[in-house]
Amino acid sequence: MSETHGPAGTFIIAQTSATPEAPAPGTGTHSGVEIGVPPAEAHGAGFPPFDATTFPSQLIWLAIAFVALYWLMSRVALPRIATILEERHDRIADDLEEAGKLKAESEAAAKAYEQALAGARGKATSIASETRDKLTAEAEASRKSLEAELNAKLTDAESKIAATKTSAMTNVRGIAVDAAGAIVNQLTGAAPAPQAVEAAVDKAIGS
Amino acid sequence: MAVEIDPIHQFQIFNIVDLGAPGGVHLGFTNSAAFMFGIVAVIFFFLTFATRGRTLVPGRLQSLAELSYEFVASTVRTTAGNEGMKFFPLVFSLFMFVLVANFVGMIPYAFTVTSHLIVTAALALVVIGTVITYGFVRHGTHFLHLFVPSGVPAFLLPFMVVIEVISFLSRPISLSLRLFANMLAGHIAMKVFAGFIVMMTAGGVAGFLGAVLPLAMVVALTALEFLVAFLQAYVFAVLTCIYLNDALHPGH
Repeated sequence: MSETHGPAGTFIIAQTSATPEAPAPGTGTHSGVEIGVPPAEAHGAGFPPFDATTFPSQLIWLAIAFVALYWLMSRVALPRIATILEERHDRIADDLEEAGKLKAESEAAAKAYEQALAGARGKATSIASETRDKLTAEAEASRKSLEAELNAKLTDAESKIAATKTSAMTNVRGIAVDAAGAIVNQLTGAAPAPQAVEAAVDKAIGS
Repeated sequence: MAVEIDPIHQFQIFNIVDLGAPGGVHLGFTNSAAFMFGIVAVIFFFLTFATRGRTLVPGRLQSLAELSYEFVASTVRTTAGNEGMKFFPLVFSLFMFVLVANFVGMIPYAFTVTSHLIVTAALALVVIGTVITYGFVRHGTHFLHLFVPSGVPAFLLPFMVVIEVISFLSRPISLSLRLFANMLAGHIAMKVFAGFIVMMTAGGVAGFLGAVLPLAMVVALTALEFLVAFLQAYVFAVLTCIYLNDALHPGH
């Protein structure tokens, strides 16, 4: 960024201070490095940003350029970008909505499945309990009938035993009466009255 | 043999086409004007070229264009609210113009449009003009409440109004001077340090070695200037939004 132009530059570096050449006109000299303000005729009117003669041109062209920029931005470029962003925004919103809908659907399906599962489970439980009850009842019934049968057999057996016992007792009584009669006959030599013997034997057995 | 480095020369304005003096005012199509139109063309063609595909998933250039849009849009929204979006094209144009002007100025031999006070002053006046015009059109005399802060004791009120008026009037000055001074000073500093390199290299081997220091300085300054170029454009846009916010909501 170094320019070489007329002798009115601000920094002038001479090769050596001993150079016999005369210093550039219009600037002070300090041992070769010279810092000075450029004369007005070289750069218009001094410091360029404060040179008022360039202001009208700059203002006019800035106005035209900036109005053009504003028009291009507000009419062309910005609506274009806004449309792109809006489309993307809409698209994302749509996709999110779609995803939400699908999620709701899948949730409903999951719920239905859960429900069906619960129903099936309930049904299975009821079938199982029904079966169990039925089996229990059947077992109970067969147990009862068996018990009744056994009871009947028992009663039967008991009555048979009782009958046998009675008949046996009856036989025993007869034998006892006979034996007692015979014993009394042998001891006393006189046959006792059968009624008395029977009464005595009954009294002995009964006690 | 003399090497000249003139740090002011880069701000020189010259006529490319002299248009004479219609109506007594000397006009010409200057290098500054050429750069202004160049900047407008760069902004417009960049934005339209970057968005030519209008793709749903943006490429690099389109991302950059969208980024600039959303960056300015979010700045406007956060400082001036959703109402402020009616000024979005203005703020966007100002931001892009200043930004691209500053960046173009970083190209060696290029002219920096924003290093001229008249340009930054004109831009600042566009902002303040918009604020005042919109403020009065929208709110009428209620716009003057801008200068009357609420909740101030009566005896302090005259002073406060004077202070508010002064602060309002100094806005275009500070807005234009900040940008102008930053660009001017940065470019002069870079040029001066670059000039040191040239001076020192003229002094033989020792000078060549010594020139490393100003070279490092120029490298650092260049990086700083890129930061300043962006930052000043951003500051200009943010302050524009803040001033426009006053026009939208004049009550304190």
